[in-house]
Amino acid sequence: MAQLTYREAIARGIAQEMRRDESVVLIGEDVAAAGGVFKGTVGLLEAFGPKRVRDTPISEQAILGAAMGAAMTGMRPIAEIMFSDFFAVCWDILANQVAKSRYMTAGQMSFPLVVRAGNGGGLRFGAQHSQSVENWMMAIPGLKVVVPSDARDVIGLLAAAVRDPDPVVFLEQKALYPVRSEVPDGEIVDTLGTATVRRPGGDATILALGNMTPRAVEAADELARSGIECTVVDIRSLVPLDTRTILDEVSRTGRVFTVEENPRLCGWGAEVVSIIGEEVFWDLDGPPVRITTPHIPLPAADALEDAAIPSAERIVSTIEKTMNP
Amino acid sequence: MAARTRDDAPVSAGVVDVPLRTRLALYRCCVELRLFEQRAYRMFMEGLVKGTSHLSIGQEAIAAGFGVAMRPDDYTFATYRGHAHTLARGVPMTPVLAELLGRENGLMKGKGGSMHLTSVEHGVMGSYAIIGAHLPIANGAAWSAQYRGTDQVAVCFFGDGTTNIGAFHEALNFAVIWRLPIVFVCENNLYMEYTPIHHVTAVEHPAADRAGAYGLDPLIVDGNDPDAMYAAASLTLARARAGEGPSLIEAKTYRHGGHSRADPGKYRPDDEVQNWLARDPLPMYRDRLLDIGATAAELDGIDTEVEALVNRAAEEARAGAEPGADLVMTDVWADGGSAWRN
Repeated sequence: MAQLTYREAIARGIAQEMRRDESVVLIGEDVAAAGGVFKGTVGLLEAFGPKRVRDTPISEQAILGAAMGAAMTGMRPIAEIMFSDFFAVCWDILANQVAKSRYMTAGQMSFPLVVRAGNGGGLRFGAQHSQSVENWMMAIPGLKVVVPSDARDVIGLLAAAVRDPDPVVFLEQKALYPVRSEVPDGEIVDTLGTATVRRPGGDATILALGNMTPRAVEAADELARSGIECTVVDIRSLVPLDTRTILDEVSRTGRVFTVEENPRLCGWGAEVVSIIGEEVFWDLDGPPVRITTPHIPLPAADALEDAAIPSAERIVSTIEKTMNP
Repeated sequence: MAARTRDDAPVSAGVVDVPLRTRLALYRCCVELRLFEQRAYRMFMEGLVKGTSHLSIGQEAIAAGFGVAMRPDDYTFATYRGHAHTLARGVPMTPVLAELLGRENGLMKGKGGSMHLTSVEHGVMGSYAIIGAHLPIANGAAWSAQYRGTDQVAVCFFGDGTTNIGAFHEALNFAVIWRLPIVFVCENNLYMEYTPIHHVTAVEHPAADRAGAYGLDPLIVDGNDPDAMYAAASLTLARARAGEGPSLIEAKTYRHGGHSRADPGKYRPDDEVQNWLARDPLPMYRDRLLDIGATAAELDGIDTEVEALVNRAAEEARAGAEPGADLVMTDVWADGGSAWRN
């Protein structure tokens, strides 16, 4: 057992898979010599050499295109898009090409690739380097979407993503990079499409993702002091989605809150709440409530960004007001 | 050597040393592409082919030249105007035509349509309908061949309009810095959809004049000459296989029809059309082969055989069943299904 930061876990997860499988390669801007702008790939060039860990120009279409062409011809590339905001400049390759080509070719092609990207706010980078784009990703049939919330999950879900035969978008929450957590020794391989109950509680279910998970746990601990016991479910994987765990927990507690970093409209919680409404409506004791970033571009200043993204305080006050009107 | 810099005279048959046996294969391939496309057009007009379709009539020599020169395990990346490039790799006519008709015996069971022809077993790694997308993707296949040390080459065909989209420039730079085994082939048919390419391009030769920006030779080839295309293909494929990196070819050609099914091509001046029709690759090549010793009977024999192939493909495609509705929900994922939740 070791204490690892989220960013250290990325390099360890990639190394674990590269040691195991020669067809796993890593490309992206500054990933090799510089070890990644967020230092998520430190040491990999030294460990695996320049043939397997390769710097690219600032050419996001070229990066994702290379990953797609390599994947369709037998490799298992991991491509880094530095900030998830930059998916907007290579969206064609991801949304039109990677996601659809297996279907369009009636299964002739496979795309066992992973696209990693720094996602989300908290670093005061402003509107074009802070977005939470998980809802863009899950809107495209053919993409799997994973968002780990701690170091152990980074390794386990990354390994699962690399071994998966389908394209996986692996969103790393930038605000979590420096956060330490316990990681078991040895190989870690998780399962895509499984949510985790982070904290048990009988009064309400909080569904959270990525950096919202530790905030939801913090909020739940606070709420417990005033007598409201919440279950916190870490969604972890938006596609495939573990609706079984979600629906079980919601049915058991009768109340549900989503905590979403993505902007409100068509956020992941909208889909989850619609499933809850269709399938366990009669188990609900009150309306589902979504706690999200408002439908705005993110501002840069500390005070403004903090006011925009759901905080533990906002989660607490929203749940208190809803549960004890 | 077929390739020439932009100021040279067009390559003539005389300077290209292509054996007669190869020339007969080129001739057969051109005839196959021509007769197939003519039949596809007819079936469109009969309402049998749905959606849209982009024909290569007039441009056959380019796909044929590469198709004959490529190794069976090389990779082809084509565009939505990709029937010719698919057939030129040896994909049988019936599944291609059946795909156009949306039948279950289609190349992709009717799930892709005319613009996405793919046959991985023949090295046809897809036809891409978003301009420019497949250049970076073809790089990936070339990178994979380089990484695996297989000597395979990726050949990526695209139109003149593609040279003005960002992916073209990203892909060329990337291919050069990684020294990838890839040949980029710009089919310059003088029109990007309905607009003359020179109206919307900063340079005279949309691909060749950009080559220098990436440290590549500006290769312009007569895209209506199967021998010249075959020679250019052989040269650039050999270069790529030898580890000498990418090439960019600009093949000058002309489509006899409009951009797509809906387009009669009326925006093109009559004299321009007449000049290019006079340079139709098929009769020109037939005359050349007769000059150098092929017999009319031999060439007629090829024509007749291909005609029969097309007839059979049309019958088999027409006879194909409509795909079952169960196919709608298949092949999103590698497990064959489309489930996104448990």
